[in-house]
Amino acid sequence: MTTVGLREFHSFAASGREFLYLVPSAAVFELDDAASAILARLGRGEMAPGELVEELSTQFPPAELRETVNELMRVRAIGASGVPEPEPTRQMPPANFPLTTMVLNVTNQCNLSCTYCYEYGEDKIVDTENGRKPKFMSEQTARESVEFMLRESGDNPLAHLTFFGGETLLNLPVLKSTIEYARRRAAEVGKEVDFSLTTNATLLKPDVIEFLAENRVGVTISIDGPKEVQDQFRVFSNGTGSYDIVMPKIRELLRRHRTRPVGARVTLTTNHLDIHRIFRHLTEEVGFWEVGFAPVTTSPNRDYAIAESGFDSMLRQFQSLAADFLDAALAGRHHGFSNVKDTLEEIHKGVSKPFPCGAGLGLLGVSTDGDVALCHRFAGSDEHKMGTVRTGIDRLVQIGFLEKHHIADKTDCSRCWARPLCAGGCYHEAHTRYGDTSRPNLHYCEWIRAWTDTCLRIYGELSARNPGFLEQFDDGEKYEASQVS
Amino acid sequence: MKHLKSVNRKAGRIVQHVEGEDVVALQQGPPQQTPPAPHIPLGCTMVFSPGWEADSKGGTAGLCTPVERDLFDCHEGCFWPAQVPDQLNHAPNWTAKCASAQKDWRKIDLVFP
Repeated sequence: MTTVGLREFHSFAASGREFLYLVPSAAVFELDDAASAILARLGRGEMAPGELVEELSTQFPPAELRETVNELMRVRAIGASGVPEPEPTRQMPPANFPLTTMVLNVTNQCNLSCTYCYEYGEDKIVDTENGRKPKFMSEQTARESVEFMLRESGDNPLAHLTFFGGETLLNLPVLKSTIEYARRRAAEVGKEVDFSLTTNATLLKPDVIEFLAENRVGVTISIDGPKEVQDQFRVFSNGTGSYDIVMPKIRELLRRHRTRPVGARVTLTTNHLDIHRIFRHLTEEVGFWEVGFAPVTTSPNRDYAIAESGFDSMLRQFQSLAADFLDAALAGRHHGFSNVKDTLEEIHKGVSKPFPCGAGLGLLGVSTDGDVALCHRFAGSDEHKMGTVRTGIDRLVQIGFLEKHHIADKTDCSRCWARPLCAGGCYHEAHTRYGDTSRPNLHYCEWIRAWTDTCLRIYGELSARNPGFLEQFDDGEKYEASQVS
Repeated sequence: MKHLKSVNRKAGRIVQHVEGEDVVALQQGPPQQTPPAPHIPLGCTMVFSPGWEADSKGGTAGLCTPVERDLFDCHEGCFWPAQVPDQLNHAPNWTAKCASAQKDWRKIDLVFP
């Protein structure tokens, strides 16, 4: 009889129970004692099912063991040795994949000079100062973009339109007229548009806030934390910090704009990794509903880049804040650590990604002149252009890009259990680090695996102790574009 | 599934998939689900005929080649039309070397007109 051995999965424990995260299916199963014992035994070496049953028959009835082996085979947690699992087919998304989110860079200008900025800082891709792109998007181009979005969204009844910059509010007239236009045109073609924007909050005047609230525009504020944190990098061109300018405006926004939850988006640098303190400040003291953290995107030699030891300390803090999230979720309270919530949602749905994100697929960025790019971070880059709003998506370029970036071709990822969720990580990060969007981001693999494991444990804990919490992820469209950063 | 509990939605779909009606393999025993609709004429599996024993893995999932599977049962004793040579006109001696199917079925060859 042939022997059987372990297939690809990540096992974890939560709430005193054993779980499996199967790869690449991304299914989560809870094991009973017999299943745990079988996997533990096979972990020490392959063996024939008959011997396996015999060896464990002192602990479990043989019939039960045989049944369990059978079940584990069927979900592909174990399989016959020497018979490789059939290679997952290199599935490409269906042709003419509909656009779900269009990120409109209404300007490439900014009134802040954040040192680490990927758009203006030392690692920028596009020359926004002397380049040939207009500094502001015209009303005409914005309208053409809306038509493009409605056209390319196919049969989707809902399209997401996210305004981005530069500093988005520097082009307020176009922002306003575009919302009005998109709303009217969408109604004419029987669709709905969901609006959101990201801003540095410097230009949030009362009438702007009023407008955003009235139009149910989802707002994400780029902010780094308390004064000394915010003021180190998020500065005006003369070097003055922006905290004192933005804070009263943010408070006013949070007071007035109640139609959509307002989120904060924090860029973490090596200088400021006190995540607990930043989180407490932004939620308890300022009043943000959610806070999302992202390490700064930078080439490794910048002095604000997070080094390996920084990732370790960041991980420990993420984990401890995640523990707070779990406590809150178990008690049925809201907790605004959005990094956990987003990952839990993906785990719950069993997402297994061929591509790290929707860029170039369901999400596209539009530059000020109407060129369509991979995402907003590449908007305006000729190298990453994928058509124009006037001529539509260049499907050949799109397919070429997707072919080249499929997880099946990322050899480094082929043995990683976290690949269903990570799929190699951000294209822009890879471009900045390695000069190549198709490279997996190997500098944060350990971090991704540890973080995914943390979220899996939280998921397991919730599934055992408060499964009702997970029901929120069952249906309903997520406002996925509101956290574009 | 008794020993594995599906937790997330993907796991639920996998269970649904593997516990759904199994139309090929017989390893799992008769279908347990309702309605119990047998998809194979009773009898086929009871008698020996080439192609019905087991595949290289000891199961039956790999036995789909009609010329092996349907060889005798289907084209002679059953309603199912099997793709076999015309033994009446063109290949009367097709099974001449196969005195006992159980022993000699490998001797049955393709027919080249």
